[in-house]
Amino acid sequence: MTRIGVVVFPGSNCEYDAASAVTQLGAEAQFIWHSESDLSGFDGIILPGGFAHGDYLRPGALARFSPVMEAVARYAADGGPVLGICNGFQVLAEAGLLPGALQKNRGLTFLSESTTIIVVSTTSVLTRNATKGQELVVPINHFSGAYTCDDATYDALVANGQIVLRYKDNPNGSRDDVAGVANEAGNVVGLMPHPERAMSTLLGSADGRILLESFVGVKAPTGAGSSR
Amino acid sequence: MNYNVIVDVTLRKGIADPEGSTIERALPALGFTGVSNVHAGKSFRFDVEASDESAALEKATALAERLLSNPVIEDANARLAEEA
Repeated sequence: MTRIGVVVFPGSNCEYDAASAVTQLGAEAQFIWHSESDLSGFDGIILPGGFAHGDYLRPGALARFSPVMEAVARYAADGGPVLGICNGFQVLAEAGLLPGALQKNRGLTFLSESTTIIVVSTTSVLTRNATKGQELVVPINHFSGAYTCDDATYDALVANGQIVLRYKDNPNGSRDDVAGVANEAGNVVGLMPHPERAMSTLLGSADGRILLESFVGVKAPTGAGSSR
Repeated sequence: MNYNVIVDVTLRKGIADPEGSTIERALPALGFTGVSNVHAGKSFRFDVEASDESAALEKATALAERLLSNPVIEDANARLAEEA
């Protein structure tokens, strides 16, 4: 059975939603406390939403120094699939595992609403089952979600297909509507929208499923994340 | 000895500063005209144990770059506080 690790920092609050979503897709979810350092045996790692370490200083600024992040970096370097949702995306950006940074929303308001995102690239672990141009309705829930990076980084992201998702109607001032980005290899992805909260039409949308199905369907290379 | 250090963290040039521009837009309504180029940032103040001033600043700069700022979007500047 596919085993997905869900990292729990002090202040994470979407870990149960993430675990529930991957369980609904037939995988097994296991929580990983932020002080742990061995990620061997996992087929994928999710950094969930929330307010890790209270979001003090900057979102993700303290969480990136949690012991588990060294293990996440090793796991990612070994090709293991890593997904950062919302606060998890902020942590991955602070840790340098994804390019760019997330700033306070244009308008300085906390946004909690449904958004439409467009699939830009299907080479990442999050979008490989989706279709280019596909529109997905997925909620957002953040204060610091405006993606930013310098011009050289942006050009490289476009050239390499690392911009994975864009907003249809930019809600937060993200550079060129960016909603999600991947690393160069495509095995580390971060996005501000919450696919784990779009798992059922009864609750508004089931469009998150195709994203998480893609992620859960990827297997980590053997030995990824083992301590050494 | 202990040196009292101030670190200012500001957004890099060209990075959108929604706080700064919101403050700037609010000022005329309060009667403060002729104020422009408003930028918002953060300030940190702490004591550093070091052998001399330059060693204290070096340490403060290193920790400012590693933790207090995100070099992708922010600049950090360390300076010694005025004698109290």
